[in-house]
Amino acid sequence: MGKRKRTDTKPETGLSRREFLKGAGLAVSTPLLVGEGVAEAARPATDVKILGPGKVPLLLRVNGAKHSLSLEPRVTLLDALRDHLDLTGSKKVCDRATCGACTVILDGLPVYSCSVLSVEAQGKEIQTVEGLAKAGQLHPVQAAFVENDAQQCGFCTPGFVMACTAFLDKHPNPTPEEVRRGLGGNLCRCGTYVGVRAAVLQAAKTIKGGGIHG
Amino acid sequence: MDAFEYASPTTKEQAVALLAGEWGSTELLAGGTDLLSLMKDYLVTPKRVVNIKSVQELKGLRYTAGSGLRLGALVTIAELVEHPQARKEYPALIQAAEGIASPQIRSLGTVGGDLCQRPRCWYFRNGFGLLAKDEQGGSLVADGDNRYHAILGNSGPAYFVNPSSLAPALIALGAKVQLFGPGGARELSLDRFFVIPKTEQDREYALKPNEILLEVLVPPATKVRSATYEVRQKEALDWPLVAAAVALNLDGNKIRTARVVLGHVAPIPWKAPEAEKVLAGKTVTEDLAAEAGQAAVSQASPLSRNAYKVQLARVAVKRAVLQAAQGGV
Repeated sequence: MGKRKRTDTKPETGLSRREFLKGAGLAVSTPLLVGEGVAEAARPATDVKILGPGKVPLLLRVNGAKHSLSLEPRVTLLDALRDHLDLTGSKKVCDRATCGACTVILDGLPVYSCSVLSVEAQGKEIQTVEGLAKAGQLHPVQAAFVENDAQQCGFCTPGFVMACTAFLDKHPNPTPEEVRRGLGGNLCRCGTYVGVRAAVLQAAKTIKGGGIHG
Repeated sequence: MDAFEYASPTTKEQAVALLAGEWGSTELLAGGTDLLSLMKDYLVTPKRVVNIKSVQELKGLRYTAGSGLRLGALVTIAELVEHPQARKEYPALIQAAEGIASPQIRSLGTVGGDLCQRPRCWYFRNGFGLLAKDEQGGSLVADGDNRYHAILGNSGPAYFVNPSSLAPALIALGAKVQLFGPGGARELSLDRFFVIPKTEQDREYALKPNEILLEVLVPPATKVRSATYEVRQKEALDWPLVAAAVALNLDGNKIRTARVVLGHVAPIPWKAPEAEKVLAGKTVTEDLAAEAGQAAVSQASPLSRNAYKVQLARVAVKRAVLQAAQGGV
């Protein structure tokens, strides 16, 4: 355990040590190798705005709608969606970028929302599974999942649907091999991969060349 | 994960000034695919996270025939694999990049992050420390479940394997890295970027706590044929068990010089000069490739449960040599 010097000096971040520790929820026993390092390092860079550790105002654009939030910088995009915007379609399973259940589309690219901080997602277009169906009509990928029995328990399905949608945006005419490789980032413990692959190929035919997000 | 303060600098000077002079209290955030997991598991508990994604000069991928490939540290794996000239000139690099995890990881994950990601050693990931020692200072790995650990460079105290997918290919292709710190920029050949830590306070790379990786420079490879061959348990969402990257400098059918680098076999990307000697001056045949594979593992000393990796490494080198000679991605 590192020993910290205790001082009441106020770093230029505008945060006293006491306030910082309180805000950070750091117990006194937390091993900190560098007591004063942050404060010292911050001095030459005071022109950079430092946010947190407490709540900061955020603006997220999800499925075309703007949402104002007040969140700590540590809140992931996944937690912001689920716990603060009530968009629970994106699922929290591994929370370690290894299962795909939290997949959303960020500026057109599939990403694991558990591995993006909500503060970083500002200014980006966030698409979640809730935004796919339009006017009561399932998105072609969703419809193909239903028709091809591409789910059993269904917990991985929203992530798969988003990964498939992003994949088809880039590969409007995929080969079965491209489908297999393109969906490598999602796990299904029920093992419905055969159905998922069939659904992607069928959805590709339905979409016929894209424009599905237009 | 613990709360932290967050800063998003726009210049490299600002980024460096926001970092502390010792490991532990600040961390760099780029793709985030490794850092956020480490923080959720309390393996790192920074008081400040410095997001470098707004530093423009860390972006950008540029190729010229004269100077080769410049990869900004923030170039994503997806950008790299889609770059037509990189695909044409550096097959070993592209094959390694295509093997990385999944589309979602390749969307976010960066070249710099691939090089700086922390080891996957399960003792480390479960909180037993980088060197995974017990209370008496003995190694938990040596007598424990070391099936995925090092077979080379494993005389201690580190037994983990370097997790980078790109490093073996980049080292085989002769890449250098530019680092930037409070004292300015410095250049290192990539093989010297990785170090075997001696104490629990060390890291696995030569970056100082307040330095950042700016860019990777890969020399032109017009006369070089290269390949990466990975042996994997799972085709996606996993790291290879063993990888071999080979770069052959050819004169007609004859190999003038060769570079052979193994991944996931040692705490650093592992150069195999023994295999390079076997290949130099010869024409590629299956027998020669097999001989190079044998030479590459001649110094291997497997732990109690990972002797199988010696055979995987032997075969990976052989197949990478044959694939390189064939050419193409």
